[in-house]
Amino acid sequence: MGKSPSDFVAKHVQKIPKSGIRDFFAIASTMKDAISLGIGEPDFVTPWHIREAAIFALEKGKTSYTDNLGMKSLRYEISKYVEANFKASYNPDNEILASVGASEALDVALRAIVEPGDKIMYHAPCFVSYSPSVALCHGEAIPVYTCGKNRFELDIEDVKRAWQPGVKAFIINFPTNPTGGTATRAQLEELAKFAKEKDFLIISDEIYAELTYEGEHVSIASLDGMKDRVIFIHGFSKAFAMTGFRLGYACGPREIIDAMMKTHQYAIMCASIMSQEAGVEALKNGRKDMEFMREKYRQRRDFIVGKFNEFGMDCFLPRGTFYAFPNIERFGKSSMETAKLILNEAKVAMVPGSAFGKSGEGYLRASFATSYDNITKAMDRIASILPKLESL
Amino acid sequence: MEKVLNLLLEGEALDTEQIGKILSMPKSDVEAAIQKMIDEKILLGWRPVFNPDFEGKSVVRAAIELKISPERDGGFDRLAERVSKFEQVESCYLMSGAYDLLLFIKARSLREVASFVYERLASIHGVTSTATHFFLRTYKQQGFMLTSENSNEDRPFVSP
Ligand SMILES: Cc1ncc(COP(=O)(O)O)c(C=O)c1O
Repeated sequence: MGKSPSDFVAKHVQKIPKSGIRDFFAIASTMKDAISLGIGEPDFVTPWHIREAAIFALEKGKTSYTDNLGMKSLRYEISKYVEANFKASYNPDNEILASVGASEALDVALRAIVEPGDKIMYHAPCFVSYSPSVALCHGEAIPVYTCGKNRFELDIEDVKRAWQPGVKAFIINFPTNPTGGTATRAQLEELAKFAKEKDFLIISDEIYAELTYEGEHVSIASLDGMKDRVIFIHGFSKAFAMTGFRLGYACGPREIIDAMMKTHQYAIMCASIMSQEAGVEALKNGRKDMEFMREKYRQRRDFIVGKFNEFGMDCFLPRGTFYAFPNIERFGKSSMETAKLILNEAKVAMVPGSAFGKSGEGYLRASFATSYDNITKAMDRIASILPKLESL
Repeated sequence: MEKVLNLLLEGEALDTEQIGKILSMPKSDVEAAIQKMIDEKILLGWRPVFNPDFEGKSVVRAAIELKISPERDGGFDRLAERVSKFEQVESCYLMSGAYDLLLFIKARSLREVASFVYERLASIHGVTSTATHFFLRTYKQQGFMLTSENSNEDRPFVSP
């Protein structure tokens, strides 16, 4: 007997569980009249002048590959933008890599540094791809849990407790998908100090940085002596509503960007030139649109969080992202059961917190990247089934 | 007041309570801000924006360019105001360039537009010429695109 097709699938790939979001998606997408608060991308269409830049690139015949690192003009704009907004300066010639979304930047960063058995820490609940991406590099992902009591901020004592010898890097994501947690300068300073002490790298996914509503967003890359220890990852998807362009970037020490380049050039070659042209336009002239969208998200956030608290679903006011993360423990059901019940009875889709790791249990993720009108309707629908949620 | 105005300009039909919630200010403050705008003639009125395709067959729209002779006292003002008073005139602007006034006209039929032009406008002393352009199709109406962009059926219903 020969092997069956599944026998050919590598063991470490077999071991990766299917994404919890996929399961929920399969159920939710069959319900045509449901309102989705489950969307992890802006509801806005990319601002017209940015789309127009991509169209213009096509008209001019820009249909080629680019430099593996990305167009020089784009890297130059990224350098200026990161310096101005994140207070970290990177040389566009060799410290910046344009990638296919922040997703690819994260992947090539891990592939550049992880050797089999290396330990990579991350804080959870978190974006779905961190732990699987580490596993795909034969690394070991080590979670540090953040909790609702602390508004899902990182407690350095928890980090110290979770740390083990052999930790090579720590992936952080502030503001955080799915919790909306953010980090203060002081917390990042403590983490930076610990990283230096234990000699590990920080991979900082700051994709939601622009969507910070109150106070400053601090990049750990800007802290004293951290530039050589941080791989800064960012992208265009959230701030400029450009998810479909698949454009992101990584900034870091030259040696690490060089190493990331190796995977990137063989696996991807380069990000799409039309997207890169659009990216240049976004960085140069997209600020006003970004601020407009941020203001809309802020208005919706205030409303939706108010409602969840009214419903007795404890929810802190997230300082960043377009996610609210209400607690549903008082209904006495798992987050998957609660999400299904709300979907079936109220026709509102929210992602169960457990899709973002065990520590997300007890919560739902409600994205407010949808119209005010949709949110109002969704909240009315949930209000109408509250007695059922409480009793069933 | 500016915040309230901006929100109104975005064209969502919100009541004062909703506006208050969005802007986190009391309903009474929103109402005061609106009243102030009305008093200061910043806010002239409330109108829904309709899709012209659904206005029905009995609506004809046109733009009319008017050349008029300026008068010694008041330049174009007297004639412009006089022309503006006709119910068919929805908007009236003094323009730079090849003509003086640009009117946007709403009427019930082609015939009504025609008779408005030759009986009413052309006969006014001081109007030296008219040019009438009929609207054929609307692509954008007061900031609203008539082709929807949000119906992207490929956007996943739930995503990470
Ligand atoms: C925390 C986080 N990082 C990265 C990404 C992926 O972004 P991109 O579209 O740039 O690949 C997402 C998208 O949901 C995210 O939430």
